[in-house]
Amino acid sequence: MENHTDAHIVPYKMYLYILGGLIMLTLISVAVTEIEFGEFSVLVALVLASIKATLVLIYFMHLKFDNKILQIMVPAIFILVALVIIIVFLDYNYR
Amino acid sequence: MTQNESNQTHVSFRDVETRFKGLFAWVFSTDHKRIGLLYLYSIVTFFLTGVALGIAMKLELMAPGRDVMDPETYNAIFTLHGVIMIFLVVVPGLPAIFGNFFLPIMIGAKDVAFPKLNLMSWWLYVLGALVALSSLFMADGPPDTGWTFYAPYSFKTNTNVLPAVIGAFILGFSSILTGINFIVTIHRLRAPGMGWFKMPLFPWTLYGTGWIQILATPIVGITLLMIVGERLFSIGFFDPALGGDPILYQHLFWIYSHPAVYIMILPAMGAISEIIPTFANKTIFGYKAIVISTLAIAFVGYFVWGHHMFTSGMSGTALYTFSLLTFLVAIPSAIKVFNWVSTLHKASIQLEAPFFWAVSFVFVFMIGGLSGLALGALATNVHLHDTAFVVAHFHYIVFGGVGFAFLGAIHYWFPKMWGRMYNKKRAITGWVLFFIGFNTLYLPMFFLGISGMPRRYYDYVERFHGPNIVSTIGSWVLLIGLVVIIYNLVRSAKKGEPAVKNPWGGKTLEWTVDSPPTLENFEDIPEVTKGPYDYR
Amino acid sequence: MDTSTTITHDEHRDDEASKLGMWLFIFTELLLFAGLFIVYGVYRYENQEAFHSAGKELSVPIGTINTVILLISSATIAMASSAIRFKNKKLTIRLLVVTLLMALIFMVNKYFEWTGKIEHGYLPGTDTLMNMEQGKVLFYGLYFFMTGLHALHIIVGVILITIVVIRVNKNTLSDENPVLLDNAGLYWHLVDLIWIFLFPLFYLIA
Repeated sequence: MENHTDAHIVPYKMYLYILGGLIMLTLISVAVTEIEFGEFSVLVALVLASIKATLVLIYFMHLKFDNKILQIMVPAIFILVALVIIIVFLDYNYR
Repeated sequence: MTQNESNQTHVSFRDVETRFKGLFAWVFSTDHKRIGLLYLYSIVTFFLTGVALGIAMKLELMAPGRDVMDPETYNAIFTLHGVIMIFLVVVPGLPAIFGNFFLPIMIGAKDVAFPKLNLMSWWLYVLGALVALSSLFMADGPPDTGWTFYAPYSFKTNTNVLPAVIGAFILGFSSILTGINFIVTIHRLRAPGMGWFKMPLFPWTLYGTGWIQILATPIVGITLLMIVGERLFSIGFFDPALGGDPILYQHLFWIYSHPAVYIMILPAMGAISEIIPTFANKTIFGYKAIVISTLAIAFVGYFVWGHHMFTSGMSGTALYTFSLLTFLVAIPSAIKVFNWVSTLHKASIQLEAPFFWAVSFVFVFMIGGLSGLALGALATNVHLHDTAFVVAHFHYIVFGGVGFAFLGAIHYWFPKMWGRMYNKKRAITGWVLFFIGFNTLYLPMFFLGISGMPRRYYDYVERFHGPNIVSTIGSWVLLIGLVVIIYNLVRSAKKGEPAVKNPWGGKTLEWTVDSPPTLENFEDIPEVTKGPYDYR
Repeated sequence: MDTSTTITHDEHRDDEASKLGMWLFIFTELLLFAGLFIVYGVYRYENQEAFHSAGKELSVPIGTINTVILLISSATIAMASSAIRFKNKKLTIRLLVVTLLMALIFMVNKYFEWTGKIEHGYLPGTDTLMNMEQGKVLFYGLYFFMTGLHALHIIVGVILITIVVIRVNKNTLSDENPVLLDNAGLYWHLVDLIWIFLFPLFYLIA
């Protein structure tokens, strides 16, 4: 068992690349509101947000360099939330 | 191997000198054993308060019409009984008391991962309890909503819902922090050699419980905050007049409060899984099946909340789904029952008090579980919803299941916690009275419910009179049993015979340390080579 | 023997445990907001039109600027975690101060946005809002509740990061024990993460 986090140090540059990517995605998500997706506009916005969230989780929050257990737990939590939302909508969608 | 060893190096954790003296040496202690006992004393205090309220309700129900209180008082009493018993007693019960005391010892650690956070959890618990109970002493009186705080009544009533809700929110925080602490402890502090599948079953159930505490409690936290927002700022989340949906409140409330049942029952099952192999002198049957069923209950139990809302007007699809999932969650619970019973098969059983508690747990848990299936079926639920049948069912699980396991656990671990033995005969007398009283109290309520007596009513029609009298008498027998048990334990904690290290012949690590344990539990962290219940 | 301290100041320090504990706490925060997202989802589903028109009244430029600000602050605190490991104390402090400044700008923007909406009478409980259509009442109720709770998290984050800055400055937090900085970072990313979802849900889906 390692007691100190001496995992590898992420170079500054990579954070800047990721930041650039995130800002790009933000601007894209603002820009696409001009396009008429109809029913899918919610979906598009949420997909873009999820991509951004994934980038934050993997790089800013170091999941890429963390131990396996966290790499399993974090997606599991998001799946759990998704399942709860789906089940709630089993009620509202079919009422 | 006895008390003679208690020389300088073997000072019990209770006699250790600390920075503070007297009471402060306890309330500011970060020792997991002292925190466990702090929880014990505070929880037992609230438990007795809850019992008094329960007895008062039964007294009112002894005869139709007004007997000892008016309807408003009755509403307040069943609300307080629920809030106290759920949030202050049963949810923290086994994990906070026995989890704190024994989790580190059973996995071979000196303390939990975050001792200071652990102490903070207890302080938050006390704070939350005081805030919740302050509603009693304010103008407008205690809340009368039931412990569920259903919208829209919870923000329309003039009674003091706010302190109760904020108190429950703080208690949720305490519960979350305990959960985090236990999960990290289990991940990081297991003794060398103790792989996941060499861990005893009580820590395993605490692990499952910890996850539910972390993942479900925040939902009720935010829901209670929304009630606060609703009352203070009339935001309209759940107010039909403003477009809100009261059924959504029920969804959110039960997303926590159903898993909360598993927060209660999982550690109880864990304690039973410790007691049964010890008194059967036999390896537990199907260790891995119990572990997997524990995790399965924790997982599936997260998705069955809707079975509390079958008559609320949910969509048909949701009804079928929740009913199906409810039946699914019964499977892992049944697996455990089969495992416990199989462990007893051809075993040489020691007939001691903890064993009686454990087998009677299986008995009442079966009744509770099977009546739960009657409620989980859609058609019967319509008939039984909000009747005394429901009250009987969940008391068989929460009081029968968790309560019996709690009393079993305290009789099992008493010699380790206080370093003394209790009077065994008196312990068994207490059990007999309690068991008879319990069943006399709650069995009639199944019949009352089937014949249509609603819950939460302070009055009833004449034809329900008979069973209600029986039930009230049962509550007195139960009370007498409880008095015997408490008298026996309190007296023995002071005057009992000194206990040896391993009075029952248990195989888990807590039986290898002193009774009571020293501050650091182990002189040297043990090396684990065998499985937890290695009897043969 | 001063035993209560021997246990808390255990010679063994476990950074992995602290990190795991922080992650578990983050899970609870995620679930806390998940509860609100469920409420949002249900009411949006039931009041499509009202949510549409109400969402149009929020300023997309301010929302976008605040999103970019939070993203930058997230990047700077992540870089601070690297800087402290490169033993660059000066840069660490600078990056953290930039993070704090960004948080401050975010809050100032938020303040103007809120006061603007309150002037329009959108504050829950006021008569103007109560007389509007139901979907709008719910939208603004959720808007104030969710962004308010998020702002509360920003304030907690600012306090936490300030403590980290002080400790780095006093050299009690260095490349030897950077776990508090890492955990403050994790918390700050969580704040960012929630905003990433709040932004499109309130400002963009109109």
